[in-house]
Amino acid sequence: MYAQMIKSTGKGVKSLDEMDPEERAFQERINAGGKIEPKDWMPEGYRKTLIRQIGQHAHSEIVGQLPEGNWITRAPTLERKAILLAKVQDEAGHGLYLYCAAETLGVSRDQLTRDLLTGRMKYSSIFNYPTLTWADMGAVGWLVDGAAIMNQVPLQRTSYGPYARAMVRICKEESFHQRQGFDIMMKMVNGTEAQRRMAQDALNRFWYPSLMMFGPSDAESVHSAQSMAWKIKMNTNDELRQKFVDQTVPQAEYLGLTVPDEHLKWNETRGHYDFSEPDWDEFFDVLQGNGPCSTDRMEARNMAWDEGRWVREGLLAHAEKKRARKMAAE
Amino acid sequence: MSDPLFEFLCRMGDNTLVLGHRVSEWCGVAPVLEEDIALANTALDLIGQTTLWLNLAGEVEGKGRDADALAFRRDVWDFHNVLLVEQPNGDFGQTIMRQFLFDAWHRGYLTALTGSSHTQVAAIAEKSLKEVTYHLERTTDTVIGLGDGTEESHKRMQSALDRLYPYIGEMFFKDAVDEAMISEGIAPDPTSLRAAFDSLLDEVLAKATLTRPDGTFAHKGGKSGQRHSEHLGHILAQMQWLQRAYPDATW
Repeated sequence: MYAQMIKSTGKGVKSLDEMDPEERAFQERINAGGKIEPKDWMPEGYRKTLIRQIGQHAHSEIVGQLPEGNWITRAPTLERKAILLAKVQDEAGHGLYLYCAAETLGVSRDQLTRDLLTGRMKYSSIFNYPTLTWADMGAVGWLVDGAAIMNQVPLQRTSYGPYARAMVRICKEESFHQRQGFDIMMKMVNGTEAQRRMAQDALNRFWYPSLMMFGPSDAESVHSAQSMAWKIKMNTNDELRQKFVDQTVPQAEYLGLTVPDEHLKWNETRGHYDFSEPDWDEFFDVLQGNGPCSTDRMEARNMAWDEGRWVREGLLAHAEKKRARKMAAE
Repeated sequence: MSDPLFEFLCRMGDNTLVLGHRVSEWCGVAPVLEEDIALANTALDLIGQTTLWLNLAGEVEGKGRDADALAFRRDVWDFHNVLLVEQPNGDFGQTIMRQFLFDAWHRGYLTALTGSSHTQVAAIAEKSLKEVTYHLERTTDTVIGLGDGTEESHKRMQSALDRLYPYIGEMFFKDAVDEAMISEGIAPDPTSLRAAFDSLLDEVLAKATLTRPDGTFAHKGGKSGQRHSEHLGHILAQMQWLQRAYPDATW
Protein backbone atom coordinates (compact mmCIF):
# COMPACT_ATOMS: atom_id res chain seq x y z
CA MET A 1 0.00 0.00 0.00
CA TYR A 2 1.36 3.34 -0.90
CA ALA A 3 -1.18 5.46 0.98
CA GLN A 4 -0.46 6.48 4.54
CA MET A 5 -2.29 8.64 7.08
CA ILE A 6 -5.18 9.41 4.73
CA LYS A 7 -7.62 11.79 6.38
CA SER A 8 -11.36 11.37 5.81
CA THR A 9 -14.12 13.57 7.20
CA GLY A 10 -12.86 13.31 10.77
CA LYS A 11 -16.44 13.25 11.98
CA GLY A 12 -16.79 9.58 12.68
CA VAL A 13 -19.05 7.07 11.00
CA LYS A 14 -22.74 7.90 10.81
CA SER A 15 -25.28 5.18 11.40
CA LEU A 16 -27.72 4.42 8.58
CA ASP A 17 -30.49 6.09 10.57
CA GLU A 18 -28.55 9.35 10.75
CA MET A 19 -28.17 9.51 6.96
CA ASP A 20 -30.48 11.23 4.52
CA PRO A 21 -32.07 8.89 1.94
CA GLU A 22 -29.42 9.52 -0.74
CA GLU A 23 -26.51 8.78 1.54
CA ARG A 24 -28.30 5.84 3.05
CA ALA A 25 -28.87 4.28 -0.36
CA PHE A 26 -25.20 4.87 -1.15
CA GLN A 27 -24.03 3.22 2.06
CA GLU A 28 -26.41 0.32 1.70
CA ARG A 29 -25.11 -0.32 -1.78
CA ILE A 30 -21.56 -0.44 -0.41
CA ASN A 31 -22.61 -2.69 2.46
CA ALA A 32 -24.13 -5.09 -0.05
CA GLY A 33 -20.82 -5.28 -1.93
CA GLY A 34 -21.95 -3.05 -4.81
CA LYS A 35 -19.65 -0.73 -6.73
CA ILE A 36 -19.86 3.05 -6.93
CA GLU A 37 -19.23 4.41 -10.43
CA PRO A 38 -18.12 7.94 -11.44
CA LYS A 39 -21.60 9.16 -12.38
CA ASP A 40 -23.26 7.87 -9.22
CA TRP A 41 -24.10 10.15 -6.34
CA MET A 42 -21.49 10.05 -3.58
CA PRO A 43 -20.90 12.02 -0.39
CA GLU A 44 -18.37 14.80 -0.78
CA GLY A 45 -16.22 13.27 1.97
CA TYR A 46 -16.02 9.95 0.08
CA ARG A 47 -14.95 11.75 -3.08
CA LYS A 48 -12.31 13.86 -1.35
CA THR A 49 -10.90 11.01 0.71
CA LEU A 50 -10.62 8.86 -2.40
CA ILE A 51 -8.83 11.63 -4.28
CA ARG A 52 -6.32 11.91 -1.42
CA GLN A 53 -5.82 8.16 -1.30
CA ILE A 54 -5.64 7.44 -5.02
CA GLY A 55 -3.53 10.57 -5.57
CA GLN A 56 -1.04 9.55 -2.91
CA HIS A 57 -0.86 6.09 -4.41
CA ALA A 58 -0.28 7.52 -7.90
CA HIS A 59 2.42 9.89 -6.65
CA SER A 60 4.12 6.97 -4.92
CA GLU A 61 4.31 5.09 -8.19
CA ILE A 62 5.85 8.11 -9.89
CA VAL A 63 8.40 8.92 -7.18
CA GLY A 64 8.95 5.18 -6.78
CA GLN A 65 10.59 5.12 -10.21
CA LEU A 66 13.55 7.04 -8.79
CA PRO A 67 15.11 4.64 -6.24
CA GLU A 68 14.94 1.79 -8.74
CA GLY A 69 15.90 3.93 -11.70
CA ASN A 70 19.01 4.62 -9.67
CA TRP A 71 20.28 1.12 -10.58
CA ILE A 72 19.15 0.66 -14.19
CA THR A 73 22.37 2.03 -15.64
CA ARG A 74 24.37 -0.14 -13.21
CA ALA A 75 22.41 -3.39 -13.42
CA PRO A 76 24.67 -6.44 -13.32
CA THR A 77 23.39 -8.32 -16.39
CA LEU A 78 21.42 -7.44 -19.49
CA GLU A 79 18.55 -9.58 -18.27
CA ARG A 80 18.44 -7.85 -14.87
CA LYS A 81 18.62 -4.49 -16.63
CA ALA A 82 15.68 -5.42 -18.87
CA ILE A 83 13.63 -6.70 -15.92
CA LEU A 84 14.28 -3.52 -13.96
CA LEU A 85 13.38 -1.34 -16.94
CA ALA A 86 10.16 -3.28 -17.40
CA LYS A 87 9.39 -2.88 -13.72
CA VAL A 88 9.96 0.87 -13.70
CA GLN A 89 7.88 1.13 -16.84
CA ASP A 90 5.09 -0.78 -15.07
CA GLU A 91 5.27 1.71 -12.20
CA ALA A 92 4.85 4.66 -14.54
CA GLY A 93 1.91 2.76 -16.06
CA HIS A 94 0.38 2.23 -12.60
CA GLY A 95 0.75 5.95 -11.98
CA LEU A 96 -1.12 6.58 -15.21
CA TYR A 97 -4.07 4.24 -14.40
CA LEU A 98 -4.33 5.73 -10.93
CA TYR A 99 -4.31 9.33 -12.16
CA CYS A 100 -7.03 8.30 -14.62
CA ALA A 101 -9.03 6.76 -11.75
CA ALA A 102 -8.59 10.00 -9.78
CA GLU A 103 -9.70 12.05 -12.80
CA THR A 104 -13.06 10.27 -12.74
CA LEU A 105 -13.56 12.00 -9.36
CA GLY A 106 -13.15 15.42 -10.91
CA VAL A 107 -9.51 16.31 -10.31
CA SER A 108 -7.01 16.71 -13.15
CA ARG A 109 -3.65 15.00 -13.35
CA ASP A 110 -1.97 18.41 -13.62
CA GLN A 111 -3.63 19.57 -10.42
CA LEU A 112 -2.53 16.43 -8.57
CA THR A 113 0.99 16.87 -9.96
CA ARG A 114 1.12 20.45 -8.74
CA ASP A 115 -0.02 19.28 -5.30
CA LEU A 116 2.80 16.75 -5.23
CA LEU A 117 5.44 19.22 -6.38
CA THR A 118 4.45 21.85 -3.85
CA GLY A 119 4.44 19.27 -1.05
CA ARG A 120 0.70 19.61 -0.44
CA MET A 121 0.23 15.93 -1.24
CA LYS A 122 2.53 13.15 -0.07
CA TYR A 123 3.86 9.93 -1.45
CA SER A 124 4.78 6.81 0.50
CA SER A 125 7.53 7.31 3.08
CA ILE A 126 9.41 4.28 1.73
CA PHE A 127 10.62 6.08 -1.39
CA ASN A 128 12.60 8.54 0.72
CA TYR A 129 15.14 5.82 1.51
CA PRO A 130 18.23 5.37 -0.64
CA THR A 131 19.09 2.32 -2.76
CA LEU A 132 22.77 1.77 -2.11
CA THR A 133 23.72 -1.63 -3.48
CA TRP A 134 22.35 -4.03 -6.06
CA ALA A 135 20.82 -6.08 -3.22
CA ASP A 136 18.51 -3.13 -2.60
CA MET A 137 16.82 -3.92 -5.91
CA GLY A 138 16.07 -7.33 -4.43
CA ALA A 139 14.96 -5.91 -1.09
CA VAL A 140 12.70 -3.33 -2.70
CA GLY A 141 10.95 -5.99 -4.76
CA TRP A 142 10.74 -8.52 -1.96
CA LEU A 143 9.84 -6.23 0.96
CA VAL A 144 8.44 -3.01 -0.49
CA ASP A 145 6.37 -4.60 -3.23
CA GLY A 146 5.51 -7.36 -0.78
CA ALA A 147 4.15 -4.81 1.68
CA ALA A 148 2.32 -2.95 -1.10
CA ILE A 149 0.60 -6.13 -2.24
CA MET A 150 -0.73 -6.79 1.28
CA ASN A 151 -3.04 -3.82 0.94
CA GLN A 152 -3.57 -3.80 -2.80
CA VAL A 153 -4.96 -7.30 -3.01
CA PRO A 154 -7.95 -6.49 -0.75
CA LEU A 155 -8.35 -3.13 -2.53
CA GLN A 156 -9.33 -5.04 -5.66
CA ARG A 157 -12.68 -5.32 -3.84
CA THR A 158 -12.83 -1.64 -2.92
CA SER A 159 -16.16 0.13 -3.38
CA TYR A 160 -15.07 2.61 -6.05
CA GLY A 161 -15.26 0.87 -9.43
CA PRO A 162 -12.44 2.62 -11.33
CA TYR A 163 -10.08 2.23 -8.37
CA ALA A 164 -10.91 -1.47 -7.94
CA ARG A 165 -10.35 -2.11 -11.65
CA ALA A 166 -7.02 -0.24 -11.64
CA MET A 167 -6.01 -2.33 -8.65
CA VAL A 168 -6.74 -5.60 -10.45
CA ARG A 169 -4.26 -4.70 -13.19
CA ILE A 170 -1.72 -3.36 -10.72
CA CYS A 171 -1.82 -6.45 -8.50
CA LYS A 172 -0.98 -8.77 -11.39
CA GLU A 173 2.17 -6.80 -12.11
CA GLU A 174 3.13 -6.24 -8.48
CA SER A 175 3.19 -9.93 -7.66
CA PHE A 176 5.55 -10.44 -10.59
CA HIS A 177 7.76 -7.66 -9.21
CA GLN A 178 7.83 -9.25 -5.80
CA ARG A 179 8.91 -12.59 -7.24
CA GLN A 180 11.67 -10.87 -9.19
CA GLY A 181 12.86 -9.18 -6.02
CA PHE A 182 12.97 -12.45 -4.14
CA ASP A 183 14.84 -14.02 -7.05
CA ILE A 184 17.52 -11.30 -6.81
CA MET A 185 17.82 -11.99 -3.08
CA MET A 186 18.18 -15.74 -3.74
CA LYS A 187 21.03 -15.07 -6.14
CA MET A 188 22.69 -12.77 -3.63
CA VAL A 189 22.53 -15.14 -0.66
CA ASN A 190 23.81 -18.01 -2.77
CA GLY A 191 26.61 -15.88 -4.18
CA THR A 192 29.91 -14.61 -2.82
CA GLU A 193 30.50 -13.38 0.69
CA ALA A 194 30.27 -9.78 -0.52
CA GLN A 195 26.88 -10.53 -2.06
CA ARG A 196 25.59 -12.12 1.16
CA ARG A 197 26.78 -9.07 3.04
CA MET A 198 24.94 -6.80 0.61
CA ALA A 199 21.77 -8.88 1.05
CA GLN A 200 21.87 -8.71 4.85
CA ASP A 201 22.66 -5.01 4.75
CA ALA A 202 19.70 -4.39 2.46
CA LEU A 203 17.37 -6.27 4.82
CA ASN A 204 18.77 -4.33 7.78
CA ARG A 205 18.07 -1.01 6.10
CA PHE A 206 14.68 -1.84 4.54
CA TRP A 207 13.02 -3.89 7.30
CA TYR A 208 11.71 -1.09 9.52
CA PRO A 209 10.92 1.34 6.67
CA SER A 210 8.85 -1.51 5.14
CA LEU A 211 6.92 -1.94 8.40
CA MET A 212 6.30 1.82 8.37
CA MET A 213 4.64 1.54 4.97
CA PHE A 214 1.43 0.40 6.68
CA GLY A 215 1.33 3.57 8.76
CA PRO A 216 0.99 3.83 12.55
CA SER A 217 -1.68 1.88 14.38
CA ASP A 218 -5.07 3.19 13.31
CA ALA A 219 -7.33 0.92 15.32
CA GLU A 220 -8.66 3.99 17.16
CA SER A 221 -8.64 6.36 14.19
CA VAL A 222 -11.90 8.00 13.10
CA HIS A 223 -10.47 8.44 9.60
CA SER A 224 -9.73 4.77 9.35
CA ALA A 225 -13.18 3.77 10.66
CA GLN A 226 -14.86 5.97 8.06
CA SER A 227 -12.66 4.68 5.24
CA MET A 228 -13.40 1.11 6.28
CA ALA A 229 -17.15 1.81 6.35
CA TRP A 230 -16.82 3.15 2.82
CA LYS A 231 -14.71 0.13 1.84
CA ILE A 232 -11.88 2.20 0.52
CA LYS A 233 -9.74 0.71 3.25
CA MET A 234 -10.27 -2.96 3.88
CA ASN A 235 -8.07 -3.78 6.90
CA THR A 236 -6.45 -1.90 9.74
CA ASN A 237 -2.79 -1.00 9.49
CA ASP A 238 -1.91 -3.38 12.33
CA GLU A 239 -3.67 -6.32 10.69
CA LEU A 240 -1.76 -5.79 7.48
CA ARG A 241 1.57 -5.23 9.23
CA GLN A 242 1.11 -8.47 11.17
CA LYS A 243 0.23 -10.33 8.00
CA PHE A 244 3.33 -8.94 6.31
CA VAL A 245 5.61 -9.95 9.19
CA ASP A 246 4.08 -13.43 9.34
CA GLN A 247 4.64 -13.89 5.64
CA THR A 248 8.10 -12.37 5.43
CA VAL A 249 9.92 -13.86 8.43
CA PRO A 250 9.88 -17.44 7.05
CA GLN A 251 11.11 -16.07 3.71
CA ALA A 252 14.03 -14.35 5.46
CA GLU A 253 14.80 -17.63 7.23
CA TYR A 254 14.72 -19.47 3.93
CA LEU A 255 17.21 -16.92 2.57
CA GLY A 256 19.44 -17.43 5.61
CA LEU A 257 19.12 -13.76 6.53
CA THR A 258 18.51 -12.29 9.97
CA VAL A 259 15.59 -9.94 10.51
CA PRO A 260 17.06 -7.00 12.47
CA ASP A 261 14.73 -7.37 15.45
CA GLU A 262 15.95 -9.07 18.61
CA HIS A 263 12.40 -9.26 19.94
CA LEU A 264 11.08 -11.10 16.93
CA LYS A 265 9.53 -14.35 18.18
CA TRP A 266 6.79 -16.75 17.18
CA ASN A 267 3.89 -16.47 19.62
CA GLU A 268 2.19 -19.81 19.81
CA THR A 269 -0.88 -18.47 21.62
CA ARG A 270 -1.56 -15.70 19.13
CA GLY A 271 -0.49 -17.76 16.17
CA HIS A 272 1.55 -14.79 14.96
CA TYR A 273 5.03 -13.37 15.28
CA ASP A 274 5.67 -10.81 18.01
CA PHE A 275 7.86 -8.05 16.65
CA SER A 276 9.22 -4.60 17.48
CA GLU A 277 7.48 -1.47 16.29
CA PRO A 278 9.45 0.74 13.94
CA ASP A 279 10.68 4.11 15.19
CA TRP A 280 7.57 6.23 14.63
CA ASP A 281 9.50 9.44 15.29
CA GLU A 282 11.58 8.62 12.25
CA PHE A 283 8.39 7.96 10.29
CA PHE A 284 6.96 11.38 11.17
CA ASP A 285 10.28 13.01 10.33
CA VAL A 286 10.16 11.37 6.91
CA LEU A 287 6.57 12.54 6.38
CA GLN A 288 7.70 16.05 7.28
CA GLY A 289 10.18 15.93 4.43
CA ASN A 290 13.19 14.86 6.46
CA GLY A 291 13.74 11.42 4.98
CA PRO A 292 17.26 10.56 3.83
CA CYS A 293 16.33 11.23 0.19
CA SER A 294 13.29 13.50 0.53
CA THR A 295 15.05 16.55 -0.83
CA ASP A 296 16.59 14.59 -3.71
CA ARG A 297 13.28 13.04 -4.69
CA MET A 298 11.41 16.34 -4.71
CA GLU A 299 14.23 18.06 -6.55
CA ALA A 300 14.22 15.34 -9.20
CA ARG A 301 10.46 15.57 -9.73
CA ASN A 302 10.46 19.35 -9.77
CA MET A 303 13.35 19.43 -12.21
CA ALA A 304 11.57 16.96 -14.50
CA TRP A 305 8.42 19.06 -14.43
CA ASP A 306 10.15 22.44 -14.87
CA GLU A 307 12.54 21.28 -17.58
CA GLY A 308 9.74 19.45 -19.33
CA ARG A 309 7.51 22.50 -19.56
CA TRP A 310 8.72 23.52 -23.01
CA VAL A 311 8.05 19.99 -24.27
CA ARG A 312 4.50 19.90 -22.96
CA GLU A 313 3.83 23.40 -24.27
CA GLY A 314 5.41 22.60 -27.64
CA LEU A 315 3.35 19.45 -28.16
CA LEU A 316 0.18 21.23 -27.10
CA ALA A 317 0.85 24.14 -29.45
CA HIS A 318 1.43 21.71 -32.30
CA ALA A 319 -1.80 19.84 -31.58
CA GLU A 320 -3.68 23.15 -31.66
CA LYS A 321 -2.05 24.18 -34.94
CA LYS A 322 -2.98 20.84 -36.44
CA ARG A 323 -6.58 21.19 -35.32
CA ALA A 324 -6.76 24.73 -36.71
CA ARG A 325 -5.30 23.63 -40.07
CA LYS A 326 -7.76 20.75 -40.25
CA MET A 327 -10.69 23.04 -39.54
CA ALA A 328 -9.47 25.57 -42.13
CA ALA A 329 -9.29 22.80 -44.73
CA GLU A 330 -12.84 21.58 -44.06
CA MET B 1 41.06 -7.24 -38.63
CA SER B 2 39.10 -9.57 -36.34
CA ASP B 3 36.45 -11.83 -37.86
CA PRO B 4 34.26 -9.38 -39.83
CA LEU B 5 31.04 -11.19 -38.89
CA PHE B 6 31.92 -10.90 -35.20
CA GLU B 7 32.69 -7.24 -35.61
CA PHE B 8 29.51 -6.59 -37.58
CA LEU B 9 27.43 -8.24 -34.82
CA CYS B 10 29.23 -6.17 -32.17
CA ARG B 11 28.42 -3.03 -34.13
CA MET B 12 24.73 -3.89 -34.09
CA GLY B 13 24.73 -4.87 -30.42
CA ASP B 14 26.90 -1.98 -29.27
CA ASN B 15 24.68 0.58 -30.98
CA THR B 16 21.61 -0.73 -29.18
CA LEU B 17 23.47 -1.21 -25.88
CA VAL B 18 24.92 2.28 -25.72
CA LEU B 19 21.75 3.97 -26.93
CA GLY B 20 19.65 1.84 -24.56
CA HIS B 21 21.88 3.00 -21.72
CA ARG B 22 21.52 6.63 -22.70
CA VAL B 23 17.74 6.39 -22.99
CA SER B 24 17.48 4.62 -19.64
CA GLU B 25 19.19 7.61 -18.02
CA TRP B 26 15.81 9.36 -18.42
CA CYS B 27 14.12 7.00 -16.01
CA GLY B 28 11.66 8.86 -13.79
CA VAL B 29 12.47 12.37 -15.00
CA ALA B 30 10.78 12.66 -18.42
CA PRO B 31 8.71 15.78 -19.23
CA VAL B 32 5.42 13.90 -19.00
CA LEU B 33 4.33 10.50 -17.71
CA GLU B 34 3.58 9.11 -21.17
CA GLU B 35 7.19 9.87 -22.12
CA ASP B 36 8.50 8.09 -19.02
CA ILE B 37 6.66 5.03 -20.25
CA ALA B 38 7.72 5.42 -23.88
CA LEU B 39 11.39 6.03 -23.08
CA ALA B 40 11.54 3.05 -20.72
CA ASN B 41 9.90 0.98 -23.43
CA THR B 42 12.42 2.11 -26.04
CA ALA B 43 15.33 1.35 -23.71
CA LEU B 44 13.83 -2.04 -22.95
CA ASP B 45 13.53 -2.91 -26.65
CA LEU B 46 17.10 -1.79 -27.29
CA ILE B 47 18.49 -3.84 -24.40
CA GLY B 48 16.53 -6.86 -25.66
CA GLN B 49 18.02 -6.41 -29.12
CA THR B 50 21.47 -6.06 -27.58
CA THR B 51 21.12 -9.44 -25.93
CA LEU B 52 20.26 -11.08 -29.25
CA TRP B 53 23.05 -9.44 -31.23
CA LEU B 54 25.77 -9.91 -28.65
CA ASN B 55 24.84 -13.50 -27.84
CA LEU B 56 25.14 -14.27 -31.53
CA ALA B 57 28.46 -12.38 -31.63
CA GLY B 58 29.73 -14.53 -28.75
CA GLU B 59 28.60 -17.70 -30.51
CA VAL B 60 30.32 -16.68 -33.73
CA GLU B 61 33.49 -15.80 -31.85
CA GLY B 62 33.52 -19.21 -30.16
CA LYS B 63 35.54 -18.20 -27.14
CA GLY B 64 32.82 -18.79 -24.58
CA ARG B 65 31.79 -15.15 -24.22
CA ASP B 66 28.08 -14.42 -24.01
CA ALA B 67 26.24 -11.12 -24.37
CA ASP B 68 26.94 -10.16 -20.75
CA ALA B 69 30.66 -10.83 -21.09
CA LEU B 70 30.76 -8.69 -24.21
CA ALA B 71 28.64 -5.90 -22.76
CA PHE B 72 30.29 -5.67 -19.39
CA ARG B 73 33.90 -6.77 -19.83
CA ARG B 74 35.15 -4.97 -22.93
CA ASP B 75 36.86 -1.60 -22.79
CA VAL B 76 36.21 1.43 -24.98
CA TRP B 77 38.48 0.47 -27.88
CA ASP B 78 36.60 -2.80 -28.39
CA PHE B 79 33.24 -1.06 -28.73
CA HIS B 80 31.92 -0.55 -32.25
CA ASN B 81 28.87 1.67 -31.84
CA VAL B 82 28.53 4.80 -33.94
CA LEU B 83 29.43 8.08 -32.22
CA LEU B 84 25.84 9.33 -32.49
CA VAL B 85 24.49 6.97 -29.83
CA GLU B 86 27.08 7.88 -27.20
CA GLN B 87 26.33 11.61 -27.44
CA PRO B 88 24.92 12.99 -24.20
CA ASN B 89 21.17 13.17 -23.66
CA GLY B 90 21.18 16.98 -23.47
CA ASP B 91 17.63 18.24 -23.15
CA PHE B 92 14.64 16.15 -24.19
CA GLY B 93 14.84 17.64 -27.67
CA GLN B 94 18.38 16.41 -28.16
CA THR B 95 17.45 12.96 -26.89
CA ILE B 96 14.50 12.72 -29.27
CA MET B 97 16.44 14.08 -32.24
CA ARG B 98 19.25 11.58 -31.61
CA GLN B 99 16.69 8.80 -31.36
CA PHE B 100 14.91 9.90 -34.53
CA LEU B 101 18.15 10.02 -36.57
CA PHE B 102 19.17 6.63 -35.25
CA ASP B 103 15.70 5.09 -35.75
CA ALA B 104 15.58 6.33 -39.34
CA TRP B 105 18.92 4.65 -40.10
CA HIS B 106 18.09 1.60 -38.00
CA ARG B 107 14.79 0.89 -39.71
CA GLY B 108 16.36 1.09 -43.17
CA TYR B 109 19.28 -1.09 -42.16
CA LEU B 110 17.15 -3.71 -40.37
CA THR B 111 14.74 -3.86 -43.29
CA ALA B 112 17.65 -4.79 -45.54
CA LEU B 113 18.95 -7.27 -42.94
CA THR B 114 15.68 -9.21 -42.98
CA GLY B 115 16.90 -10.49 -46.35
CA SER B 116 20.29 -11.55 -44.95
CA SER B 117 21.88 -14.79 -46.12
CA HIS B 118 22.60 -15.49 -42.45
CA THR B 119 19.39 -16.94 -41.03
CA GLN B 120 20.02 -15.86 -37.42
CA VAL B 121 20.85 -12.32 -38.53
CA ALA B 122 17.67 -12.22 -40.60
CA ALA B 123 15.62 -13.49 -37.65
CA ILE B 124 16.99 -10.93 -35.20
CA ALA B 125 16.44 -8.18 -37.76
CA GLU B 126 12.86 -9.25 -38.29
CA LYS B 127 12.09 -9.22 -34.59
CA SER B 128 13.87 -5.90 -34.05
CA LEU B 129 12.24 -4.29 -37.07
CA LYS B 130 8.77 -4.49 -35.52
CA GLU B 131 9.99 -2.60 -32.47
CA VAL B 132 12.06 -0.09 -34.40
CA THR B 133 9.23 0.71 -36.81
CA TYR B 134 7.23 1.80 -33.78
CA HIS B 135 10.18 3.77 -32.36
CA LEU B 136 10.51 5.65 -35.63
CA GLU B 137 6.79 6.43 -35.79
CA ARG B 138 6.92 7.87 -32.32
CA THR B 139 10.11 9.90 -32.76
CA THR B 140 8.91 11.20 -36.14
CA ASP B 141 5.72 12.49 -34.53
CA THR B 142 7.62 14.02 -31.64
CA VAL B 143 10.21 15.74 -33.83
CA ILE B 144 7.40 17.19 -35.94
CA GLY B 145 5.35 18.18 -32.89
CA LEU B 146 8.21 19.94 -31.16
CA GLY B 147 9.71 21.47 -34.32
CA ASP B 148 6.31 22.88 -35.27
CA GLY B 149 5.32 23.70 -31.68
CA THR B 150 6.20 26.89 -29.84
CA GLU B 151 9.01 29.25 -30.68
CA GLU B 152 11.08 27.79 -27.86
CA SER B 153 10.49 24.16 -28.80
CA HIS B 154 11.33 25.00 -32.41
CA LYS B 155 14.58 26.65 -31.39
CA ARG B 156 15.56 23.75 -29.18
CA MET B 157 14.86 21.18 -31.91
CA GLN B 158 16.84 23.16 -34.45
CA SER B 159 19.83 23.36 -32.14
CA ALA B 160 19.54 19.61 -31.41
CA LEU B 161 19.60 18.94 -35.15
CA ASP B 162 22.59 21.26 -35.66
CA ARG B 163 24.42 19.59 -32.77
CA LEU B 164 23.84 16.04 -34.02
CA TYR B 165 23.95 16.51 -37.78
CA PRO B 166 27.69 15.78 -38.12
CA TYR B 167 27.10 12.33 -36.58
CA ILE B 168 24.75 11.13 -39.30
CA GLY B 169 27.43 10.37 -41.89
CA GLU B 170 29.15 7.64 -39.90
CA MET B 171 26.06 5.43 -40.08
CA PHE B 172 26.42 5.32 -43.89
CA PHE B 173 30.18 4.87 -44.23
CA LYS B 174 31.41 1.70 -45.79
CA ASP B 175 34.60 0.01 -44.58
CA ALA B 176 36.29 -3.39 -44.86
CA VAL B 177 33.88 -5.05 -42.43
CA ASP B 178 30.94 -3.85 -44.52
CA GLU B 179 32.66 -5.06 -47.71
CA ALA B 180 33.04 -8.52 -46.21
CA MET B 181 29.37 -8.58 -45.11
CA ILE B 182 28.20 -7.37 -48.51
CA SER B 183 30.21 -9.98 -50.34
CA GLU B 184 28.66 -12.78 -48.24
CA GLY B 185 25.17 -11.36 -48.59
CA ILE B 186 24.93 -10.94 -44.81
CA ALA B 187 24.41 -7.19 -44.65
CA PRO B 188 23.60 -4.39 -47.09
CA ASP B 189 25.90 -1.71 -48.45
CA PRO B 190 25.34 1.14 -45.97
CA THR B 191 25.92 3.76 -48.67
CA SER B 192 22.95 2.36 -50.60
CA LEU B 193 20.61 3.35 -47.74
CA ARG B 194 21.52 7.00 -47.64
CA ALA B 195 19.14 8.27 -50.32
CA ALA B 196 16.05 6.83 -48.62
CA PHE B 197 17.25 8.21 -45.29
CA ASP B 198 17.78 11.65 -46.80
CA SER B 199 14.35 11.79 -48.35
CA LEU B 200 12.71 10.73 -45.06
CA LEU B 201 14.79 13.31 -43.22
CA ASP B 202 13.77 16.05 -45.65
CA GLU B 203 10.12 15.10 -45.40
CA VAL B 204 10.11 15.08 -41.60
CA LEU B 205 12.16 18.27 -41.28
CA ALA B 206 9.80 20.05 -43.65
CA LYS B 207 6.79 19.08 -41.51
CA ALA B 208 8.74 20.05 -38.42
CA THR B 209 9.64 23.42 -40.01
CA LEU B 210 13.31 22.69 -39.27
CA THR B 211 16.22 23.58 -41.53
CA ARG B 212 18.69 20.98 -42.61
CA PRO B 213 22.20 22.25 -41.80
CA ASP B 214 24.67 22.88 -44.60
CA GLY B 215 27.80 20.85 -44.94
CA THR B 216 28.73 17.25 -45.40
CA PHE B 217 31.27 16.87 -42.62
CA ALA B 218 30.92 13.65 -40.68
CA HIS B 219 32.68 12.56 -37.50
CA LYS B 220 33.83 8.96 -37.48
CA GLY B 221 35.75 6.53 -35.34
CA GLY B 222 33.00 4.88 -33.29
CA LYS B 223 31.98 2.15 -35.70
CA SER B 224 35.61 1.20 -36.33
CA GLY B 225 36.42 1.57 -32.64
CA GLN B 226 39.46 3.67 -33.49
CA ARG B 227 38.40 6.87 -31.79
CA HIS B 228 35.30 7.14 -29.62
CA SER B 229 34.20 10.35 -27.94
CA GLU B 230 35.16 10.93 -24.31
CA HIS B 231 31.58 10.12 -23.34
CA LEU B 232 31.79 6.38 -23.91
CA GLY B 233 34.35 5.86 -21.15
CA HIS B 234 31.99 7.43 -18.63
CA ILE B 235 29.08 5.34 -19.84
CA LEU B 236 31.15 2.19 -19.37
CA ALA B 237 32.45 3.34 -15.99
CA GLN B 238 28.88 3.34 -14.79
CA MET B 239 27.54 0.42 -16.77
CA GLN B 240 30.41 -1.98 -15.98
CA TRP B 241 31.32 -0.93 -12.47
CA LEU B 242 29.51 -3.68 -10.60
CA GLN B 243 30.79 -6.49 -12.82
CA ARG B 244 34.36 -5.26 -12.53
CA ALA B 245 34.23 -4.54 -8.79
CA TYR B 246 32.88 -8.05 -8.07
CA PRO B 247 34.31 -10.16 -10.89
CA ASP B 248 33.58 -13.49 -9.16
CA ALA B 249 29.90 -12.82 -8.53
CA THR B 250 26.95 -14.11 -10.50
CA TRP B 251 23.79 -12.06 -10.37
